Amino acid sequence: MILLDRVSKTYSKGGKPSLDRISLHVEPKEFVILVGQSGAGKTTLMRLLTREEKQTSGKIIVGGIDYDKLKDKEIPLLRRKIGVVFQDFKLLPNKSVFENVAFALEMVGSSNNEIKNTIPKVLDIVNLVGKEGSMPMELSGGERQRVAIARAIVRQPKILIADEPTGNLDPKHAWDVIKILEKINRFGTTVLLTTHNQDIVNKLKRRVVTVKEGKIVSDRAHAGYKI
Amino acid sequence: MSGKRKIITFWRVIRTGAINFIRNISLAIAAMAIMVVTLTIVLFSLIINSTFSHTINQITSKIDISVYLNDNVNKAATNKLVAQIKALPNVASVDYLSKAQVLKQYEQQNASNLQLIEAVSETNNPLPATIIIKPVNLNDLNSIKNFLDKPSIVKLESAPTSYSGQEKQAIDRITHATNVLREIGFVAVIIFAVVSVLIIFNTIQMAIFNRRDEIHIMRLLGAGTGYIRGPFIVESIIYGMLAALISILIVNSAFQASSNALQASSLGLLDINYAKNFFYNDFLNLLTAQVGLGIVIGAVSSLIATRRYLKFKTR
Repeated sequence: MILLDRVSKTYSKGGKPSLDRISLHVEPKEFVILVGQSGAGKTTLMRLLTREEKQTSGKIIVGGIDYDKLKDKEIPLLRRKIGVVFQDFKLLPNKSVFENVAFALEMVGSSNNEIKNTIPKVLDIVNLVGKEGSMPMELSGGERQRVAIARAIVRQPKILIADEPTGNLDPKHAWDVIKILEKINRFGTTVLLTTHNQDIVNKLKRRVVTVKEGKIVSDRAHAGYKI
Repeated sequence: MSGKRKIITFWRVIRTGAINFIRNISLAIAAMAIMVVTLTIVLFSLIINSTFSHTINQITSKIDISVYLNDNVNKAATNKLVAQIKALPNVASVDYLSKAQVLKQYEQQNASNLQLIEAVSETNNPLPATIIIKPVNLNDLNSIKNFLDKPSIVKLESAPTSYSGQEKQAIDRITHATNVLREIGFVAVIIFAVVSVLIIFNTIQMAIFNRRDEIHIMRLLGAGTGYIRGPFIVESIIYGMLAALISILIVNSAFQASSNALQASSLGLLDINYAKNFFYNDFLNLLTAQVGLGIVIGAVSSLIATRRYLKFKTR
């Protein structure tokens, strides 16, 4: 589902690489946790996968799409296939909960009926029924992140990338978010989660890939994590 | 994308633009206020310039060249001369006034001055028959003068034409001055227009800069360029349209107010009545042009302003 082959990313010419010849293979329906300290290269990896950044060298293939052959106008199409959840939520501030989630459907030209039927179901999955009309400003951090998850999964992507989704949340809300990610994974979505929350990693008992100074230093199934 | 989806998307873009306009109303009011001020200045400068050039035209239309004929020039020779002058390229019209007609005109002009009238009479008429030439272009009076200065023509003249000596200098000076004034007016309108466009462009760019994160988020979610940009363009078009309408209303109320305060008055070179007529006679054209300008500036500015936030990284 996700294939990285000796991928490097250097931001400034001649500078230290943020990612140094990383190779990673993620199977469909897998739940992979990417761990590592701040600055280890986790976020860079996520940004490469969403093609927010371009790799300096190496090969990236996601869902059969080779990023080297990707034209600019095809980038939106790629992003529509991947659901992304960000640490800082990235909700549209002038849109209500319903509109934020609806945006993901509206932009691909879904019909109004389709939108009206789908959104209540998705808001139910993330436990936000009754908050449809609220604006992001009126929500708690946990609620905002659940809106972001609803938006990421509403088009039922094959892959969900969650970059530190619990980073800004207290432990209780963090667990709510993680449980939703597990639920989505059970529905058959490949989930790639980055975190440095030891507790979450240890309780999830999933495949853990550890990144340090731009390199993968360990890759173990059902692993725990210690900082 | 299928045709049906395209239509849905098109309506969504317009709807979203309109909704965004209302939700960002404080930003919209600030942006429109600046647009109203600049568009009003452009409109005023256009009206002032037109009025100004009308006044100049009134002055220059009074300029003509008079050819004073010898009393012994017969009718055939006169007709021939008139025909020759008419054939010149820079001549708009030619009028022939006989000695009697010139006398009559003289008497009318000096009706209040009996002494001057008594000095001349039907039997003792010193005034020459006159050919009055109206030129097309004041800048090219010499082409007419060259013809009139030919020895064969000078022979027919009782005195040098009105376009010679000191009079020529005066006319040339007026022509030069009016040329300069016209150019200044034209350049002023252009400068105001260009500055306005720049200010409006900058205003819209600032408005969009404030919301660059939104564009960035939409981009990350995989929204297409047109779908992200569309609502911004719609919003800016609404800005432009409303600002243009308000500026027209402001000029309109300025004229309404001035009609009471300055009824039928002229402020030096500025003929308020003419300006008013210009505004109301060409109201529809001005309205269309102004709203069109507002829409075009709005659309183009937002198109350019969103560009940089929509780019993908290529390295």
